[in-house]
Amino acid sequence: MAAIVRVTNLTKQYGSLTAVDNVSFEIKESEIVSLLGPNGAGKTTIIQMLLTLVSPTGGDIEIFGRTLKGHREELLSVMNFTAPYSVLPYNLTTREALKVYSLLYGIRKYRERVSFLIDEFDLGWLANKKVGQLSSGEQMRIGIAKAFVNSPGLLLLDEPTASLDPVIARELRAKILKLVRKAGGAILWTSHNMREIEQVSDRIIFLSRGKIVADDSPDNLKNYFGQEDLEEIFISINREPLSRPS
Amino acid sequence: MNFLHVFGIFYRNVILIRRSVPKLFALFGFITVELFLWGFITFWVQTIGPSDARLDFILLILSAFIFWSVFELSQRSFSVSFLEEVWSRNVINIFASPVKLGELVMGFALVGIAQTLLAFFYITPIAFLLYALNIWNMGLYIIPFFMNVLISGWWIGVVAIGLVVRFGPSADILAFFIPFLLLPFSAVYYPVSVFPPLLQEITFILPTRHIFEGMRTVITEGLIPSDSIIWAATLNIIYVGLGFLFLHWMLRLARTRGYLSRLVQD
Repeated sequence: MAAIVRVTNLTKQYGSLTAVDNVSFEIKESEIVSLLGPNGAGKTTIIQMLLTLVSPTGGDIEIFGRTLKGHREELLSVMNFTAPYSVLPYNLTTREALKVYSLLYGIRKYRERVSFLIDEFDLGWLANKKVGQLSSGEQMRIGIAKAFVNSPGLLLLDEPTASLDPVIARELRAKILKLVRKAGGAILWTSHNMREIEQVSDRIIFLSRGKIVADDSPDNLKNYFGQEDLEEIFISINREPLSRPS
Repeated sequence: MNFLHVFGIFYRNVILIRRSVPKLFALFGFITVELFLWGFITFWVQTIGPSDARLDFILLILSAFIFWSVFELSQRSFSVSFLEEVWSRNVINIFASPVKLGELVMGFALVGIAQTLLAFFYITPIAFLLYALNIWNMGLYIIPFFMNVLISGWWIGVVAIGLVVRFGPSADILAFFIPFLLLPFSAVYYPVSVFPPLLQEITFILPTRHIFEGMRTVITEGLIPSDSIIWAATLNIIYVGLGFLFLHWMLRLARTRGYLSRLVQD
């Protein structure tokens, strides 16, 4: 399978602080890769570099075989993201916000797309309510719908279910996987919900202090670390940040 | 240039303005109240001024007021279009979208054009009804002056956005302060000749000075102020280019130092 994302020796330094330290990884077509690590490990910085919100200090990012630096707008039009730190405009209704983002992603048939997303994500009862009047969970749900306005080939999800109750979170996970698999795309997912990560991931990349300390399937990682679940691996990596599986 | 992107930015702002009473008040309220204020001042000046200059006072002061309001509104609507994205914590979504910087600026400029035209066509009939001020007495010169004040508002708006990107949301006050800073040096309500000689030289770099000085020449002397129009347009074109480069530089700096994320956190 072709690599949708190829990150090579990616580094980000803020003065003397190295937030991301010489990180390399690939995400292949239809693959769901999760970034795991304690706070400050560099997960969000990596996602923000993929979104061009942060410029790397060193290294290369290729998406769909093209350098992100040289093809920014072209590549961002086939990617999308959602993150709890970036909500949709509070003073627009759900329908208006989805329409605005359909336009910003260059969707010509935006009316059809908005109707599809409202149906697909069961947003009919929220369609004419202002985003700012909704609960954080509902806003997150609309944020996920927004991430599909352009049927992205690469989806970056930074803690997408952080504010959702378990039932809604499970429904949305299923919906995200269905839509991405249908489009043959890939997902880079971060979360602190280990169960969620285990369920959705084909591969997990553990980060600690900006470095990759492990990169494998959930089952292989459990075998490597001799732990029964990801949470134990997470805790052991957090205790001994730069340990690697033997 | 993707016109869907530009339309998206424009549409988002149209919804906000159309729905919000405070925003409608900002668009029409300030200018109405200020028209009354300057109208009363002009009446008073008429009573103490020479009787043969009555008509000129109304035309001079109120025309200057209307064009300064157009300038302020052009700048404010441009800056506030961006600040809205910051205030609503939506700015990351914009910068992570495929919208180019030029498309973003074009969208904000369209919002500015729409708002200034609305305000202009709202206030000029009121000024005519209240003070018999017919701004169209200036003839077709009104068009280059209007265009120049509009563009002056844009480049200051672009600089203000750059400063907010660099210094964070707390710098939003600069977006409202910069036009105020230019007011005394733009010779809006008095001729450039009242400035000390050195200040007359320094203010030459301000397009707004040439716009208002040129307007006065039309009103008081009935002459074609082609020099003023050409200088204002030339300086505006240079400053639009420099403003765009400044914003580009600030964005690059913000991406290098991680300031963009700070825009939704401060």
